[in-house]
Amino acid sequence: MSENLSGLDTFPKLLLHHARVRGALPAIREKDLGIWQTWTWGQLADEVRALACALADRGLKRGDHMALVGDNRPRVYAAMCAAQCLGAIPVPLYQDAVAAEMAFPIQNAEIEHALAEDQEQVDKLLEILPKCPTLKHIIYDEPRGMRYYAQPELTSYDTLVAAGRAALKRDPAFLETEIDKGRGEDAAAMFFTSGTTGTPKGVVLTHHALIDRARAAAELEGLDDRDVVLAYLPPAWIGQNIFSYAQPFVTGYCICCPESAETVMTDMREIGPTYYFAPPRVLEALLTQVSIRMEDASALKRWLYRMFMNIARRVGGALLDGKPVSALARLQYWLGDLVVYGPLRNVLGMSRVRVAYTAGEAIGPDLFKFYRSIGINLKQLYGSTETSVFVCVQPNGQVKSDTVGPAVPGVELKFTPERELLIRSPGLFKEYYKNPQATLEAKDREGWFHTGDAGYFDPDGHVKIIDRVKDVGKLADGTLFAPKYLENKLKFFPHIQEAVTFGHGRDRVCAFINIDGEAVGNWAEKRNMPYSGYVDLASRDEVYELVRECIEQVNADLAQEPEIANSQIHRFLILHKVLDADDEELTRTRKVRRGFVAQKYATLVDALYGGKPSVHVEAQVKYEDGRTGTISADLKIRDVKTFRADAAKRAA
Amino acid sequence: MSRAERIGDTVLSVENVSLAFGGVKALQEVSFDVREHEVRAIIGPNGAGKSSMLNVINGVYHPQQGTIRLRANGAWREFHDMDSHEAAALGIARTFQNIALFKGMTVLDNVMTGRNLKMRASFVEQAIWIGRARREELEHRRAAEEIIDFMEIQHIRKTPVGRLPYGLQKRVELARALAAEPRLLLLDEPMAGMNLEEKQDMCRFVLDVNDHYGTTIVLIEHDMGVVMDISDRVVVLDYGRKIGDGTPDDVRRNQAVIDAYLGVAH
Repeated sequence: MSENLSGLDTFPKLLLHHARVRGALPAIREKDLGIWQTWTWGQLADEVRALACALADRGLKRGDHMALVGDNRPRVYAAMCAAQCLGAIPVPLYQDAVAAEMAFPIQNAEIEHALAEDQEQVDKLLEILPKCPTLKHIIYDEPRGMRYYAQPELTSYDTLVAAGRAALKRDPAFLETEIDKGRGEDAAAMFFTSGTTGTPKGVVLTHHALIDRARAAAELEGLDDRDVVLAYLPPAWIGQNIFSYAQPFVTGYCICCPESAETVMTDMREIGPTYYFAPPRVLEALLTQVSIRMEDASALKRWLYRMFMNIARRVGGALLDGKPVSALARLQYWLGDLVVYGPLRNVLGMSRVRVAYTAGEAIGPDLFKFYRSIGINLKQLYGSTETSVFVCVQPNGQVKSDTVGPAVPGVELKFTPERELLIRSPGLFKEYYKNPQATLEAKDREGWFHTGDAGYFDPDGHVKIIDRVKDVGKLADGTLFAPKYLENKLKFFPHIQEAVTFGHGRDRVCAFINIDGEAVGNWAEKRNMPYSGYVDLASRDEVYELVRECIEQVNADLAQEPEIANSQIHRFLILHKVLDADDEELTRTRKVRRGFVAQKYATLVDALYGGKPSVHVEAQVKYEDGRTGTISADLKIRDVKTFRADAAKRAA
Repeated sequence: MSRAERIGDTVLSVENVSLAFGGVKALQEVSFDVREHEVRAIIGPNGAGKSSMLNVINGVYHPQQGTIRLRANGAWREFHDMDSHEAAALGIARTFQNIALFKGMTVLDNVMTGRNLKMRASFVEQAIWIGRARREELEHRRAAEEIIDFMEIQHIRKTPVGRLPYGLQKRVELARALAAEPRLLLLDEPMAGMNLEEKQDMCRFVLDVNDHYGTTIVLIEHDMGVVMDISDRVVVLDYGRKIGDGTPDDVRRNQAVIDAYLGVAH
């Protein structure tokens, strides 16, 4: 990034800069009617100017909020910038939210103006109109189905832009002045956090925060105006906003909007993005697709795939990290690239990907290594809405599957004695909108943001996030006990569906395991092992042996992490039933309710710690039709080998 | 202007049509009319003559008796028996009860065949891809893409139709019929064999077509819920005779219709 962007402290100023410097280069592409339509930076700036003038005419002014409801569309992003030109604050809302969920942000921010992508979104806004008396103007983009709508609040985007162009001609100076009035410390956008507990909070981010973080990460990865991004995640999510608004505005790269949610895979193959983001679940779904198609392939192809993927697993990651690799292995990998990895990357639409990020939840090491082994530079990052995303990023060549990397330049990190991660960064949010108390709780007087995440630095100075602070406990000897971290490690094994670990206040860690009925069932079938059902399968010695091996691997891993080496799992049992939300053992989002499970199965926990070899259990279950029944079983309890922390290297 | 206000004058009138196959009287002196922009349903028990009625309207069957009057470009045309080419040229398009798509061709190509009647370039021009042929192809492709967008089938644009599930094939068939830019669209059981969600989608598309393109629609359907929800007026046939005609509410209250569907004690 050689160009001088100093003084360009707001997004509208950056837009005008790009329109001057690279006016003919593509800013946004959108697939429409089967053809990729291009908006250059020049066209985007023209559209934004006209739209801003029209919005000003309709009363949008400095400090107002404007709601944007829609998928990734050039016009949604144009409206975002148009609002910012006037000093108004765009509030993107999730397009798949139900109407009632949209009411709170609109009431909270006293929103008067809203842009809705299509009839579906307009319907939702009209539904909550009685509850949101402030909402006066609804602009819709897609006219389809809108013919019979006569509400006075509605205007079409096209009408608005046409009016704006006329207004711009009459008074071209007005907008220039408005844009000049913008300052870096002004609020640039507000994002509502999902709010799993209580009401959502509006996170206010300034131009300066967003631009600073977008730029820091762009410099780290060497992004420039030749890069291409596919915008396919909700624009109301801060991550998508950074990748498809803040970073292109900083570097001048081009974003591409897919034709529809169903065409993302095809569109990605056509576009070939160079910079890519995907949460772990998307990466997992892609891998599953590949695996299924491979199983249907001919024997020769399956053989080639197996052989070359073995080579990739061995050397792919090392090559990507620039570590020394023997000449023979290099040759093998080169052949594999020709026959398998290259075509595979092409099918995934990742042939041109230089940098790919994943974040949001823990990613399984096998999944992570799969992408790296076929030559895709997948890395993890850490951040949240409150931090303008970029807090930690794994630098090239120092990528590990279980850390999120060191701090991005500009960010200060520290851990409290309770292991909570604190962050001080130029990208921190200004405040929670109209909620000074929550702001004060999250951001202390010295400017440290309390993330609520627990973790520590690994020996290389990378941050390792293990759990939420409120869930982290201590063993009797004072060792850190992070249940979710252990459970995630267990769940990455395909045979383990769910795990619950206990250890807070105890001398050692024990675990309940839920096997994955389907995966273990397949495993049993391949071994010609007859079984009558889930309960029978779960009590088999062979299955216990299988699970024991998994846990031993986890223990071996843990032994290498001095901080938590003592939280290795000593004993376990396999539950006779699947933990279920209907029995209140899981939340509706499928998270284990650890406290409830411990209470419900107190006899099992006692048996684990009491040293008994087996325990009898009777449990009530609720069937889907509401009836209840009981399942009783004798559960075996098994010990697992643990590793001494210092001897770990040899054992593993 | 609301939907009801858009409904105009009669565009199609079927008068005293009788059709027999040997001794089987499929239709006996059936008369009804269709108004511009309306959704007109034909219902009736199995073998009532519904599909035969559609086939008479677009010229697949030739009735022994009766006339069909159609208003095209402001003038009335009268037919004793319609010719199916002529029906297509006059702006009548249809879909079939058992899907009649080209299974080996892609969705896009199938939709493009719907534009066939609008192509003017000669065989030679098309073969060597010059002048008019090239211009036309671009124009038709755009029209086809607009319909693909309208029917929300972008994701299967390049997929051979034979590989698609049934519900989507039905949608493609409607898209192909739309590609001919019909003024009158005949749908033969557009929702047969669909699950609830697919039916809801299809209802939305039928209403959207009616709304967006202003197309007049005549449809045959078995699902009474669907018929009562989306049609403006309903004709009821039983054993080839018309036994009811009117708004969904009228028809629902009509004793002859209730008897036909539930049976009567003799």
